[in-house]
Amino acid sequence: MRQFVAILSGLLFGAGLAIGGMTDPARVRAFLDILGQWDPTLAFVMGGALLVMAPVWLVQRRMDKSFDGTTFDLPGTSTIDGKLLVGSALFGVGWGITGLCPGPAVASLATAFVPAIVFVVAMIAGMILHRFALKP
Amino acid sequence: MTIAAFPYAMPLHGLVGGLLIGTAAAVFLLGSGRIAGVSGLFARATGIAPGRRDGAAALFIVALIGGAALVNVVSGPVEQTFMDNWPLLALGGVIVGFGTRMGSGCTSGHGVCGMSRLSPRSIVATLTFMTFGVLTVFAMRLMGLGG
Repeated sequence: MRQFVAILSGLLFGAGLAIGGMTDPARVRAFLDILGQWDPTLAFVMGGALLVMAPVWLVQRRMDKSFDGTTFDLPGTSTIDGKLLVGSALFGVGWGITGLCPGPAVASLATAFVPAIVFVVAMIAGMILHRFALKP
Repeated sequence: MTIAAFPYAMPLHGLVGGLLIGTAAAVFLLGSGRIAGVSGLFARATGIAPGRRDGAAALFIVALIGGAALVNVVSGPVEQTFMDNWPLLALGGVIVGFGTRMGSGCTSGHGVCGMSRLSPRSIVATLTFMTFGVLTVFAMRLMGLGG
């Protein structure tokens, strides 16, 4: 069940990114380029995703366990600390430089292997760096 | 469908893609009780995150690649333009990797899952990375980088 859910969700997610134009870093960057040729496509993608997910949270609140029988393992929603702010700001800088966030970058590994692997290997290095620099 | 003021925008494709992504996150949440955040799943799939390597997360990552590839096979190649400055591409990758782990999420975990949950933490995170993304593109414009 867990494996099936992961595969189905991954396929839908990857297809959604590609159909929505989000595997094109130039398009994502154009969303952030409000003084240039602004491209609002990302807002439609985000809007569509939120449209589905908002009512799903109402359903989730009425469930004791998820469909695979495990209890929900969800992060807290209230802690706003320096790590959240600095980490998110850094992520924004890297996103702005490249037009890539983790989902689209990984999803591009089959279709644009060379630039995607350059980014993903660097992203892995950044994640490892974080683990050893900030979580000894 | 196009918008006259933004000729390059794909609102309908974007909306359909977004609905699929939302459905993916819904399947993952209700089906396995967890957030479909790609940075976190990637870290658990690769064993970078502390604790045991997560096999289901690895399946999600492989399927994510497969889903995007499938669209390219069915509808023909989807346009993808990456920056050709590789040192900068790699620098951005390091910063994204570090930042998403430090901030505990990215566009999917905080943006899609957290914002729809009305999580103050995720709303603040999303506003922060959006703001810094815009500022970075603006700064690069001033420096004549990245087009």
